[in-house]
Amino acid sequence: MKLRDMTELAVRNLRESLLRNSLTTLGIGVGVASLVAMLSIGVGLQELASKQLSRSGLFNAIFVTPTTREPRFGRPRTGLQAVDENAHPLNADVKAQIAKLPHVTDVYADVRLSLEVRYEGTSHMTSVAGLPESARGDGAFDGMKGGFFSSAKTDEVILQMEFAKQLAPQQPESLIGKVLTIRFMSREPLPAESGGARKKPGAEGAESGDDSGEGGGFSVVPHERQMKVVGIVDADPSAGFGAFGRERVFLPLETAEEVQSAQVNDIQALLRGGSGERRYASLTVRVKSPEDVAAVEASIKGMGFGTFSLLDASHNLQQVFLVFDRLMGIFGSLALVVASLGVINTLMMAILERRREIGVLKALGASDRDVRRLFFVEAGAMGLVGGVLGLGMGWAIGRAITFATNVFLRSHQIPPANVTAVPLWLAALAIFFGLLVSLAAGIYPAARAARLNPVEALRYE
Amino acid sequence: MVTAGNNNAANGGVAIRTENVMRHYAMGQAMVRAVDGVSIEVGSGEFVALLGSSGSGKSTLLNLIAGLDRPTGGAIFAHDQNLAEMNSEELARHRSHTIGIVFQAFNLLPRMTLEENVELPLRLAEVERGERANRVKEALERVGLGGRLAHRPSELSGGEQQRGALARALVNRPTILLADEPTGNLDSATGDEIMKLLREINESLGMTIMMVTHERPRAEAFADRLLMMKDGKLDGVAAGNGSAGAVRR
Repeated sequence: MKLRDMTELAVRNLRESLLRNSLTTLGIGVGVASLVAMLSIGVGLQELASKQLSRSGLFNAIFVTPTTREPRFGRPRTGLQAVDENAHPLNADVKAQIAKLPHVTDVYADVRLSLEVRYEGTSHMTSVAGLPESARGDGAFDGMKGGFFSSAKTDEVILQMEFAKQLAPQQPESLIGKVLTIRFMSREPLPAESGGARKKPGAEGAESGDDSGEGGGFSVVPHERQMKVVGIVDADPSAGFGAFGRERVFLPLETAEEVQSAQVNDIQALLRGGSGERRYASLTVRVKSPEDVAAVEASIKGMGFGTFSLLDASHNLQQVFLVFDRLMGIFGSLALVVASLGVINTLMMAILERRREIGVLKALGASDRDVRRLFFVEAGAMGLVGGVLGLGMGWAIGRAITFATNVFLRSHQIPPANVTAVPLWLAALAIFFGLLVSLAAGIYPAARAARLNPVEALRYE
Repeated sequence: MVTAGNNNAANGGVAIRTENVMRHYAMGQAMVRAVDGVSIEVGSGEFVALLGSSGSGKSTLLNLIAGLDRPTGGAIFAHDQNLAEMNSEELARHRSHTIGIVFQAFNLLPRMTLEENVELPLRLAEVERGERANRVKEALERVGLGGRLAHRPSELSGGEQQRGALARALVNRPTILLADEPTGNLDSATGDEIMKLLREINESLGMTIMMVTHERPRAEAFADRLLMMKDGKLDGVAAGNGSAGAVRR
């Protein structure tokens, strides 16, 4: 018998004992739902944790320092992040070299500085961070209002929500599109020759040097730049190491670098003297996924630099979640096992009721295989419907758990989070499991039905 | 031992032949010999009645020929195919393509309409969907139920139900029609109508018919030949008057 005919007959049979079959199907649904709900908690928590972690930049970031040498005892460090001149310098060449390594998505130096921000006549001193282009895809900017920078070097800013509230307490969102002014003190080298636009004869503090520009004197000139607000972000207060979360104002990385190198308080550059080459105290390397960290780390080490990542911690965490998922899966499956007993029971009842019908089908030319398949299709149909039903119920249970959790979190002033998730693979798995369990439960009844002796089944009663 | 050869020379071919067929089964300690060494031959296009009291083994023999049951000994040939050597798939094909069968209890599936009941053998035989409706209609018209396609069995009289069952047996164009007490549940007038219909099908389609009954007068009136069974053995052969046309409408 063709599958289409088989299915038609099966559906007809299922509709005949509608209540009983619906209850059985509901049983499978509940089983699948419990599996989906359990796994969705596991998956949801895992997603939440890894999102928080990737937001923190912990697991796909490598921190590169100029030297592989361990700090030695007895040798006092020459200050925080002091550049060891004997080590390989972390300069622009190295940065470019690292950027070319496979799997590397971004290399950037941390740029953090303090600026004065003026808006509508008030002035605020605030901390500023440069944002690399790669931060665009970070979870930290998921819920941002407005948009990301239009390019890596543009006069645009993204404000942190708390800071935006300081500027415009009533409607922080209204800041998007407005222009604010940043002020910083710029170090202007004193011109050695004629021609500078700012050259003023007899400028105070001027020391008309005879050597090349930077080595000589400089003057401090206040500088202003107009910046357009393009976005406001609820930067995650919990984001830590390597994150951009603590800063109040964000500039595109290159703009920030520009401002920093012009700033008067760039002591290092001053001390470095006239070499003119920009050196970094450290670089942050971002790779595509945590799996790539080890290989990239090894390559950078091979170049003679120190590296640091949190790869092992990530592995442990994955293992914990793997075990957690399994446990959730096992508990969820128990209900499905119970549901499968319901399927067996229902089909056995159906065989008793339909003895005569099975006999007639056989007399009309149905083979044992046809009868077996018919019962299989009935079991499968119940499993499929139960699976879909259970998926819906499981998803709803997950939403309810998330909702309840968030009510609780909010009451404790913790930002809400999705603690459950039903990814596509889980949805497919749920339906597949509903089907599989029902078919497995159908094996015995279907075999019994197929073996039924037609002569006995048809004996006139 | 009595053997019943085919004396209907006109049609030549042999539709059914059994060779010392046996069907024994254990019932508790006792061995029941339901069919115990029966050899018969039914020619193509012949209308044979199998007569006997209850327990004589006539229905068991019919089930063996239908391929619903397996012999414990001997051989059964339907158009020279030995049923005893067939596996269950081949037996199913035999039931589907070679045999049409009607029962005393009609056995229409109560949940289906008449049309769906008659379509069932076509589904099982994997006949193309487009062809089915016509075949069903044709079969129902042949038994005079062309206008009752959408009725459920419970909405039909006993005679109509048996006609429906007959249409179902014929719809897949078998060569052999087996009938197990087809008039047993019907009053005598309705029973006669069914018998006439069987005879008509036998003659117009050249259908081989083997009918189990315990009503000797009816068998004599409609069948070509009567095979008498007793205690699982063939007990005698007699000629019927079916071909005499005495009952022709």
